[in-house]
Amino acid sequence: MPELLSVKNLKIEATSYPPGEPPKVVTLVEDVSFDLQKGKVLGLIGESGAGKSTIGLSALAYGRGGCRITGGQVLLNGRDILKLGRGGINSVRGRHVCYVAQSAAAAFNPAHKLGDQVIEASLRHGIMNREEATKRALYLFRVLGLPNPETFGDRYPHQVSGGQLQRAMTAMALCPNPELIVFDEPTTALDVTTQIDVLAAIKHAIEETDTAALYITHDLAVVAQISDDIMVLRHGKTVEYGTTKQVIEAPREEYTRALVSVRQAKRDEAPDQTDTLLKIEHVHAGYANGFKVLHDVSMHLPKGQTLAIVGESGSGKSTLARVITGLLPPSEGRITFEGKELPKALKGRTNDELRRIQMIYQMADTAMNPRQTVREIVGRPLSFYFGMHGAKKTERVKELLDQIEMGTRFLDRYPAELSGGQKQRVAIARALAAQPELILCDEPTSALDPLVAEGILNLLLKLQEETAVSYVFITHDIAIVRAIADSVAVMHRGRLVRFGPKSKVLSPPFDDYTDLLLKSVPEMEIGWLEKVLKTRRMESAGN
Amino acid sequence: MMESGPITGPVVTDATAGETALRSPDLAGVPAKPNPAADELGGTFWRRFAFRRPLAALILQRLGLSVGLLFAVSLMIFGGIEALPGDFATTYLGQSATPQAVENIRKDLGLDRPWSERYLSWLGGAVQGDFGTSWASRNSVSEQIGNRLGNSLFLAFFAALISVPLAVGLGMLAVQFRNRLPDKIINVISLAAISLPEFFIGYLLIMFFAVKWGVATFPATVYDSMGFTERLSAIALPVATLVLVVLAHMMRMTRAAILNVMSSAYVETAELKGLGTFRIIARHAAPNAVAPVINVVALNLAYLVVGVVVVEVVFVYPGMGQYMVDAVTVRDMPVVQACGLIFAAFYIFLNMAADILAILANPRLRHPR
Repeated sequence: MPELLSVKNLKIEATSYPPGEPPKVVTLVEDVSFDLQKGKVLGLIGESGAGKSTIGLSALAYGRGGCRITGGQVLLNGRDILKLGRGGINSVRGRHVCYVAQSAAAAFNPAHKLGDQVIEASLRHGIMNREEATKRALYLFRVLGLPNPETFGDRYPHQVSGGQLQRAMTAMALCPNPELIVFDEPTTALDVTTQIDVLAAIKHAIEETDTAALYITHDLAVVAQISDDIMVLRHGKTVEYGTTKQVIEAPREEYTRALVSVRQAKRDEAPDQTDTLLKIEHVHAGYANGFKVLHDVSMHLPKGQTLAIVGESGSGKSTLARVITGLLPPSEGRITFEGKELPKALKGRTNDELRRIQMIYQMADTAMNPRQTVREIVGRPLSFYFGMHGAKKTERVKELLDQIEMGTRFLDRYPAELSGGQKQRVAIARALAAQPELILCDEPTSALDPLVAEGILNLLLKLQEETAVSYVFITHDIAIVRAIADSVAVMHRGRLVRFGPKSKVLSPPFDDYTDLLLKSVPEMEIGWLEKVLKTRRMESAGN
Repeated sequence: MMESGPITGPVVTDATAGETALRSPDLAGVPAKPNPAADELGGTFWRRFAFRRPLAALILQRLGLSVGLLFAVSLMIFGGIEALPGDFATTYLGQSATPQAVENIRKDLGLDRPWSERYLSWLGGAVQGDFGTSWASRNSVSEQIGNRLGNSLFLAFFAALISVPLAVGLGMLAVQFRNRLPDKIINVISLAAISLPEFFIGYLLIMFFAVKWGVATFPATVYDSMGFTERLSAIALPVATLVLVVLAHMMRMTRAAILNVMSSAYVETAELKGLGTFRIIARHAAPNAVAPVINVVALNLAYLVVGVVVVEVVFVYPGMGQYMVDAVTVRDMPVVQACGLIFAAFYIFLNMAADILAILANPRLRHPR
C-alpha cells in the first residue's frame, strides 16, 4: 500500500535573538522520519518543547513563529510539498491536509459565525458549493454530537462551550474531506468528562470518513485510545517509534518507560485525626453581580495532611481557595483555622493570620514579578513577615533553595531564565518562606509536563514530611489525587458532592457524578475508550 | 488558569457592580459566560435592563458618562479661570487703574457675586447655547464662536480627510512589508514628524513653501468673501502641518493593531485553510482590528479639533484657537470659558463615539449568548 504521508529526515530550525548576544540558529527538530498510510492514525507524543507541534505543522509545510523547515522531505502522495510555492501549498492546505488546534477558542475568528468558518475552506477551494458544504457541515455536526446541529452554525464562537468549539474545529477540519488531519492536542484544554466525549467523537469521525491523522498529545493514555502507531519525541529527536501496543506494553527505551510509569504513583492515606487545622462550615459565596458560585460547602483538614479538591472547570474549586484566603469573603458560613474563626475578608486578617496560609498558583509565570530575581522573590516574605534583612535573609533564602532542591546558583536568576518546573519550585520556596501551616495549591502541576509534574509532587510530599505543613490541593486530575491526598472533596457546579478519606471517596458505591468523573479518566490500556463507551451505551439503553 | 467563567474572571467588587460600565470594550473584559439567569437577578430596573439588553445598556451608560464628564469639565474650567492670577478689570484699565475704576468694572461685570452663583448662571446659559457677552468686545460670544468654529472645523475636516485614509493605508503597507525597507522608511519619517512640535513644523513649511519657493499662501487668513477654492489654497499649509502631526500616531497604532491581529491563532487557522493573503487580511484580520483603529482615529480627530490652537496662531488663521488665545491674553473670561467647554465637548464626544463604535464592533456584545 502506498504511503499517504511520508516524512524523511525532517530538520527544522529557528533563529533566536537572546538579548545582548548575536542571533543564533537553534535546531528544533532533527532527523525525524515516519510514514502514514491512508486511514491510519499516528500519535506524536512528548513533553513541551519536544517538537511535536512543529512536526505536525510540517505536514502543512507551515513554520510557526519563525520556524523554518531546512532539511528533509515531506511527501504527500509522493509529492514533496516543501517544494511547492505559495500558491501550490495553498491548494494543499485546507483541501488535502487540515489542522485542528489545541485552543479552538483562540483558533476561531470571533467576528464570524461558526458555520461560515466551518465551510470556508470547502468553498474557497471549490470542492463544493455553499449548499453542499452546509449539508456536509450539518452531517458532521450530527456525527460529532453537537447540540441542535441545525442551528449550531448560526452561532458565534463565544456563544458555545469549549468542548463544543473543539468539536466544531474538528468538523471544520473534516468538512473539505481531507486525506489527512493534524490534531494538535485537541483535548488538552478540556475537562476529563468533556475530553472523553470529544475523543470519542474524533475517533468516530475519522473512522467514518476514512481520514488519516497525526495525533499530537503529551498524554500517553489518550494517544493509546486513538492511534495505530506511536512516535515518542524528546528534544526534537525520535526516542521510540512503533505500534501502539508495543510502545505501551513493551517500551524499549528508558524515557518511554518513565512516561508510561508516571501515573502509577500512589500513597496511602494518613488516619483522620481529631487535630483539625482548617474547618469550612456551610460556606456560600458568589460574586457581586449576583452569580452564586458556592452552595453550602463544608469540609475539614487535619494538621499535616493533604485535602484534595477535585472537579471540572466551573465547579467552584478555585473560588473555594479564594474564600479560604479571604480574597472573596463568603456570604454565609464560617472558616475556622486552628479552632479560631478567621475574619471573612482579607483586610480583617492580621499579618500572622495571613502568614499561616500561603498559596501556589497554576501559572508560576504570572504569579512572579518578571523583574525580580529569585533572591528578591523568595526574600520578600522573609522581610515582610519576619523583618529579616542582609546576610541573615540571604542565608535563609539559600536554605529554602536547598529545600526545593535547586541550589544557590539560581539566586540571581530572573524568572524568564528558569524552566517551568523550576519556576514552580521557586513559587513553592516563596510559600515556604512564610513558614505557613497551610499551603493552598491551585493546580500547581497542570501546566507542566508529566515527568516535571511528578518531580513537583514528590517535592511537595517531601516538604510535608519535613515541615508537617498541610495542603489543600486543587486539581482536576484523579491520578494526582491518588498520589498525594489523604482526604478528598469532589465538587460539581458549586456544590460538594462527596467528601471523606481518600479510600472511601474513591471506592464504590459512587454517586453519579463521581462515577462519571472516575470513569472518564483515560487509562493507559488499549481499548479502554471502546469499553467505557460500550458500558455507557448499555447503561443508557438500560435506563 | 484553564477555567473560564466567573470562577477566575475579574473580581467584581461593589464598585464595579453597576455592570460592565467601567470595563474596556475589548474582548477580555467581557465575561465569558452568561451571568445569572434573569429571574435570579433581583434588584433594580437598571440591572434587569443591563442583563436583557447589554448592548443598549452599555451605550446608554457611555452617553451618561460623557454628559457627566462634561459637567465635571465645566466646573474645572470655571475653577481654573477663577484661579488665574490677574483679572480683566486691571488688564483692561492698564495704567489708569484706580481702585474705584476697578471696583466699578467688577461690579459692572457681576464679579462681586459669589463664584457659585456666577457658575450656575453661566452654566444655565451655556446649556441653552448662550455663552454671554464678551467683556472685551461686548459682542455675543455664541455668535462670534459660530463663525470661528466653522473655520476651525473646515480646517480639521480637511486634515482628517487626508490623514485618516493615508494613515490607515500606510499602516497596512507597513504591515505588508514588515521589517523590510518600506516599513523602516515609513517608521523613521513618521517618528521624525511626531518628534517635532507642530509650531516648528509649521514654521518649516512656511519657510520653504511660502517664503523660499512661493508656492503656498501665508498667512492663511480666510474671509467671508473668499471662494471655496481660494479657501482651500489658503489652508494648504496648516492642513499639511496638522496631517504631519497626527499621521504618525495613527499610522503606528494601525500597524500595531493589524500586526497584533495577524499574529493571532485565528489568522493562523485561516492560513492553514490555504486562503490567500488578501482574503486573510480583508475577512479575518480587518474586522478584529477595527476597534483599536477606530479608537486611535477618534483620539486624533479630537486632537485635530483641539490641537488647532497652536497651528491657528502660527498661520494667523481666524479659528477657535486663535480666538481663545486672544481672549486669554486680555482675560476675557466668557470667551475663554466658552472655547474651553466647546473643545472639551469635542474631545469627550469623539472619544465616546469611538467607544460606542468599538462596542458595536465587538461580536460578543452584539450577539450575547
